[in-house]
Amino acid sequence: MQDLGINLFFQGRNFVRILEGLWVTVSISLIAVIISIFLGIILGMVMNLKNPVTKAVTRIYLEFIRIMPQLVLLFLVYFGVTRTFHINLSGEVSAIIVFTMWGTAEMGDLVRGALSSIPKHQYESGKAIGLTGFQIYLYIIIPQTVRRLIPLAINLVTRMIKTTSLIVLIGVVEVVKVGQQIIEASRLTTPTASLWIYGFIFFLYFIVCYPISRLSAKLEKRWVSMGG
Amino acid sequence: MDFDFIKQYTPLYVEAALLTLNITVKGVLLSILLGLICSLVRYFKIPVLNRITVIYIELSRNTPLLIQLFFLYFGLPKLGIMLSSEACAIIGLVFLGGSYMAEAFRSGLDSISDIQKESGLSIGLTNLQVFRYIILPQAISVSIPAFSANVIFLFKETSVFSAVALADLMFVAKDLIGLYYKTDEALLMLVTAYCIILLPISAVFRIIERKLRYAGFGN
Repeated sequence: MQDLGINLFFQGRNFVRILEGLWVTVSISLIAVIISIFLGIILGMVMNLKNPVTKAVTRIYLEFIRIMPQLVLLFLVYFGVTRTFHINLSGEVSAIIVFTMWGTAEMGDLVRGALSSIPKHQYESGKAIGLTGFQIYLYIIIPQTVRRLIPLAINLVTRMIKTTSLIVLIGVVEVVKVGQQIIEASRLTTPTASLWIYGFIFFLYFIVCYPISRLSAKLEKRWVSMGG
Repeated sequence: MDFDFIKQYTPLYVEAALLTLNITVKGVLLSILLGLICSLVRYFKIPVLNRITVIYIELSRNTPLLIQLFFLYFGLPKLGIMLSSEACAIIGLVFLGGSYMAEAFRSGLDSISDIQKESGLSIGLTNLQVFRYIILPQAISVSIPAFSANVIFLFKETSVFSAVALADLMFVAKDLIGLYYKTDEALLMLVTAYCIILLPISAVFRIIERKLRYAGFGN
């Protein structure tokens, strides 16, 4: 009888290797998300300034990052920047740079949206009861903004994890690459390997992303209905 | 920068851009159709189909297109289902796009308050008339921004098709880098090509959004 594809996962360290590959993907997205949340908050506040120069610069940055497919950005950094400046970047580092740039743009726009969605009377009411500008931000604006932002930031994490699947195309050894190695190694013993491996990776991504997007949806429902 | 090289290989990019556009248009139209069906199934809560639609939407929204494509292109042939890379690309795009479109339409339908529906019924409209004349026009207006974001998102996602051997823009760029080592020129043309296609699309959608912003009254 021919080997059943499912046995593949129990041969050697295959199962552990796939999970290790998944961890590479997840850790790159987590690093990128954490950096881009910080930079994104700064970018969002800068975008909210009335200064025409910062407005134009941030606008162009945002439009460029948003209109380019992430894969193109990866190519630009991994092949273009490295060649132009004669530096050597590993696939992982290029991936973190690109996803940070992308995440910062997305997060910045979310922060800008959240800040400008706070109605003006909130500022004015704060002033009317005698709070200082700093107190208005600390007690009124920031709590409401954060409440709007957290679900969206969590959602960004799932988008980041999904998009990180692209890094296999610039040669990073992550979950898909490990899967391909296993498929190649068992080409003769298990011809149906690719069906099982890719099916398994498909569900792995689902298992990772589904709880995160559920959490985001739940928080959004709870906090938006409480909104000010 | 080698401009002769750019001139010489521009036709390759034009061809690839046309192929990408062709597949995106087909994929987006089918996604809209699938999305409409799914959102209506969910809106009217049709018993069994509703369950299936929810599962489909969650599966498709929580997995990357690249993995879906690999499964279609490398996995399915083992079950005897052989698909060309073009067919894979369209199926993958529709599988992904359908759920995003469904969510966009559903958020539009959900945003119309029950009061509007009840008011319609109370002045003697039938259910169908309420849907056709009151809910649908407003829902479309509300979901246009999400809809246009999805179209651009889907177009950008087509860049991964090169991974299943479809000769799209990425594929041509990668080829030129590999063959002639003209990285700067190839990447410049790639970026220009995406700008030429996507900037007008995003501008047109911005105009449409402004023209159709009539919902939100009476809520």
